Amino acid sequence: MRDALKEMGVFVKHLLSVRDLKKEDVLSYFRKIEKMEEEVRKGRTNLLEDKIIATLFFEPSTRTKLSFQTAAKRLGAQVVNFNADASSLKKGESLMDTIRIIDGYVDAIVIRHEIEGAARFASEIATHPVINAGDGANQHPSQTLIDLYSIKKLRGKISGLNVTLFGDLKHARAMHSLFYGVAMFNRNIALVAPPGLSFDERTVEEVETEFGVKVTVKEKPEIDDCDVLYVCRIQKERFSDPYEAERVKKEFMLTQETLKKAKKDMIILHPLPKIDEIAHEVDSDSRAKYFQQAQLGVPVRMAILADLFGKV
Amino acid sequence: MPLKVEKIENGTVIDHISSGEGLRVMKILGIGLGFSARFALIANVKSKKMGKKDILKIEEKYIDEKDFDKIALVAPSASVNIVKGGRVAKKKNVAMPARIDGVLACPNPKCITNFEQVASAFFVEKKTLRCAYCERSFSAGELI
Repeated sequence: MRDALKEMGVFVKHLLSVRDLKKEDVLSYFRKIEKMEEEVRKGRTNLLEDKIIATLFFEPSTRTKLSFQTAAKRLGAQVVNFNADASSLKKGESLMDTIRIIDGYVDAIVIRHEIEGAARFASEIATHPVINAGDGANQHPSQTLIDLYSIKKLRGKISGLNVTLFGDLKHARAMHSLFYGVAMFNRNIALVAPPGLSFDERTVEEVETEFGVKVTVKEKPEIDDCDVLYVCRIQKERFSDPYEAERVKKEFMLTQETLKKAKKDMIILHPLPKIDEIAHEVDSDSRAKYFQQAQLGVPVRMAILADLFGKV
Repeated sequence: MPLKVEKIENGTVIDHISSGEGLRVMKILGIGLGFSARFALIANVKSKKMGKKDILKIEEKYIDEKDFDKIALVAPSASVNIVKGGRVAKKKNVAMPARIDGVLACPNPKCITNFEQVASAFFVEKKTLRCAYCERSFSAGELI
């Protein structure tokens, strides 16, 4: 079916990886997101009233899943959900068969899976659009679009800023995606991570070569010249020594003390959920923008969904 | 007494393989246990151009043209000669392909290609190869 569609020149759009996007694509998404923000202000729309969207989350999710479902409903689409624990996967069905069957029921598939490359694989089987809502430690492109749009909206611009990615960069898919996305717009990127938890040298080299950016790697929480501080969680289970884990977590915890040296107009973003990497006292700091960032999840995902069908 | 390997009448001769890389060329072409054709790998042959080189001769079997460029991954200086009736019917220097499908396994244990029935695919980048699925990059040495 898929091959037949290709031969007929039918092009199916997907959102799988930030690596597939160019700067112009991101800017085009920004314009579409602005339109969707307007739609949200007006209320529910009927842009996708004849569509059914499947949300297939093989891994736990709260924000991503609910915001995709809310986005679909705000566009007038219907949503069918999937419970991996109660599905035929428990009987050993392959992902290939699962996608093939569900693709026959719906108009688009939003998928999160712990296996890296699962969304791209699904896109090769499906005849309808596929959105990657996170595949292992690989990619999370819709989160990157939320992050980039948040920077643009909350700082008034996106280029020419000093961006710092802060925390366990190695294991966070949001960071892998964002590193690439931020490099499309900014020349100076700092990576602040405990030893062994930064990106590998190849990833840094790829981004430096591809975008001609200057990447600074730091192992201490220095944020003095930072305009955008993007924080992610340091997970205890990544350390073999629990005392070392505790020491590093304390050192990298964002507190009012850490923020004393930071710029007054810096913004702090986080993909959420945050656990204890940001002290509660920081939530009331005017620079903390992560809750506003999370609210943008719905219009961004509305733009992504509507764009798949050429409706925005 | 010099080591002699007969000329072949029909088949494929892969010449100018960097010394020591012959076994990896065999691996990338799937020449190993169960390979039915007669073949010879001659290692460390004196070469004016290269000092020392390896040569792989495969009798009565023509390597598929789409596989020529895979050889470039491990032996970028190699040339492939298709021999018919004792004469070189076709000669081609290998060139790095843009994408390699189905030959190399992805070493990432969390890559979908290690779970589902899907052929591997790698994009050839400047110094590395990137898995088309899990998007991790590897050196040629890590893959072969």
